[in-house]
Amino acid sequence: MSILIDKNTKVICQGFTGKQGTFHARHALDYGTKLIAGVTPGRGGTEHLGLPVFNTVQDAYDATQADASVIYVPPFFAADAILEAVDAGIKLIVCITEGIPVLHMLRVKAAMQESGALLIGPNCPGIITPEQCKIGIMPGNIHQAGSIGIVSRSGTLTYEAVHQTTQQGLGQSTCIGIGGDPIHGMNFIDVISRFQADESTQGIIMVGEIGGSEEEEAAEYIQNHVTKPVVSYITGLTAPAGKRMGHAGAIVTGGKGTAEGKVSALKSAGVEVVNSPSAMGIAMKERLLT
Amino acid sequence: MDIHEYQAKEILAGYGVKIAEGGLAYSPEDAVLRAREIGGNVWAVKAQIHSGARGKAGGVKICSTLEEVELAAEAMLGKRMVTHQTGPAGKVCLRLYVEAGTDIAKELYFSFLVDRSHERIVMVGSAQGGMEIEDLAENNPDAIKKIYIDPAVGLLDFQAREMAFALGLDATQISHAVRLISGCYRAVRDLDANMLEINPLVVTKGGELVTLDAKMGFDDNALFRRQKIAELRDKTQEDSREMAAADRGLSYVGLDGDIGCMINGAGLAMATMDMIKLAGGEPANFLDVGGGASPERTEKAFRLVLADEGVKAMLVNIFAGINRCDWIAEGVVHAVRKIDMKIPLIVRLSGTNVEQGRKIIADSGLPIITATTLAEAAEKAVLARNEQVAKEGAA
Repeated sequence: MSILIDKNTKVICQGFTGKQGTFHARHALDYGTKLIAGVTPGRGGTEHLGLPVFNTVQDAYDATQADASVIYVPPFFAADAILEAVDAGIKLIVCITEGIPVLHMLRVKAAMQESGALLIGPNCPGIITPEQCKIGIMPGNIHQAGSIGIVSRSGTLTYEAVHQTTQQGLGQSTCIGIGGDPIHGMNFIDVISRFQADESTQGIIMVGEIGGSEEEEAAEYIQNHVTKPVVSYITGLTAPAGKRMGHAGAIVTGGKGTAEGKVSALKSAGVEVVNSPSAMGIAMKERLLT
Repeated sequence: MDIHEYQAKEILAGYGVKIAEGGLAYSPEDAVLRAREIGGNVWAVKAQIHSGARGKAGGVKICSTLEEVELAAEAMLGKRMVTHQTGPAGKVCLRLYVEAGTDIAKELYFSFLVDRSHERIVMVGSAQGGMEIEDLAENNPDAIKKIYIDPAVGLLDFQAREMAFALGLDATQISHAVRLISGCYRAVRDLDANMLEINPLVVTKGGELVTLDAKMGFDDNALFRRQKIAELRDKTQEDSREMAAADRGLSYVGLDGDIGCMINGAGLAMATMDMIKLAGGEPANFLDVGGGASPERTEKAFRLVLADEGVKAMLVNIFAGINRCDWIAEGVVHAVRKIDMKIPLIVRLSGTNVEQGRKIIADSGLPIITATTLAEAAEKAVLARNEQVAKEGAA
């Protein structure tokens, strides 16, 4: 068991024949992901990496009935790519692209509202169910099938959590990077509620950072709805106010979105908040033993 | 990206928003000339720095003679002004805006912002202008009106009217207010602004609406398609280290400490700063070299960190995923050999091929301190920094 994706998930890739698309599609295939087709406008009817290429997502969907699409197109075209996937009927859309204009994302979110499709990202590493399906840019080799659900706004900190839970022998059920942009798809609650409902997930690691209020909202949700142990790490305690820390969404404005506020909200919801990212794996192991 | 008040006003004037007559000055003589051109007998001399709350820092002066204009300009030009928005380093004032005085009857607040939770552009207004909106939100939240805009539909006239009435304007002023509000909205929408704030928006004694101060910020992700906006960038208002990094395609934020950092990934970079602080040190910078961390990028990043002469120790923290630690270790060794480092270097590698990576560093013969966990790396960096400071003190 896992959430959202497993060994039967059929995936297509938008921006398939580009440099990024090609590189990561090859890694996904090596990992065993059921990547079955790609989309590059103007390249329809050709083959790439031994897979068929289509001109439009609709053509690819009609031919394959794909469950998910991963997007590696440049920032200016990415919003259009997301909405093309929604329109074709793809149910899970994973957008890796960093640097999409905010006004584009506002339109995407409004247009997606009634569609029933789920968006992961943008500006994220993607989603993986270890040893079954990898959609995104995360290194497959550090993952191990297991019992911990991981959700994070940061790519490299997700890998830290993955690496440590692998070393502790816990492994991961599914890991999702929800992305570092201010306007994005699935949020902490969307993911954590699915981990709570998933039988194979025994514990949840949540990695947050400064900016916005999604960690605070997640804290309230956890307090009322989550019975599984949750370990959290929040980064950005030393980040100066008003400065964007790499991620477009990592910014403290007008005294809102501070790491202190998030840590205290999570602590009062019964979440174990560790003060070092090196301690996530050990803390989870201890929580599961007690 | 932020721009100056005068630039924001020029943009808004192009969208039909009324501003007071004004002109730009680079010297006291310029300022007097501008005042003479504007005419009248009251002028405002305003320091153009990327910060609000300039008044308290001596950056706004109301003058009633040309001599006063000249004196005010002399006092402001070249001065480093510190407000609570600039940080302790402040911002240097190199340009002035001289504006015709406005006879104020009432001060209002008006802005467009991106609301992250609602995933909408929000229009914010208050009949109580002049003070900072954060303070107003804290002390009197009921005095703030918010109207959310559907991105598919855009701002509608009735929403602009609702706002105008909430601002306490009377019937004769509504159509003018609607023009101003929709002009502002079009500027935000057409130019990819992520904030536009008019504070205060004033009602003059003659009943006119005038934009007295204006601030605009733009989405960095959209600048590539807004060439005219990108050209408004004023590099004198930004950290020179950050500008150098941006030119090299690196994500860098200058801080006040003395432990330099090079990390891959924004989250891990922030976490490393936090761990340095936890270990009793102060980070000199945030630097994300990105997923690539090729030898060329690594060398550029090293040079950038070390260009800050206050740096007493440097910490490299890389989690190798798709890339391998051995490849990254080679890049670090190559950079250190090429640059001839004078300060201690602490390296923590983790992830793919970590053993080979550590071996390359150990075999290099370079005095590189290594660590396994991030916590250990931070502690060693603080220790090395303290020894370096002691050594420099003794020399």
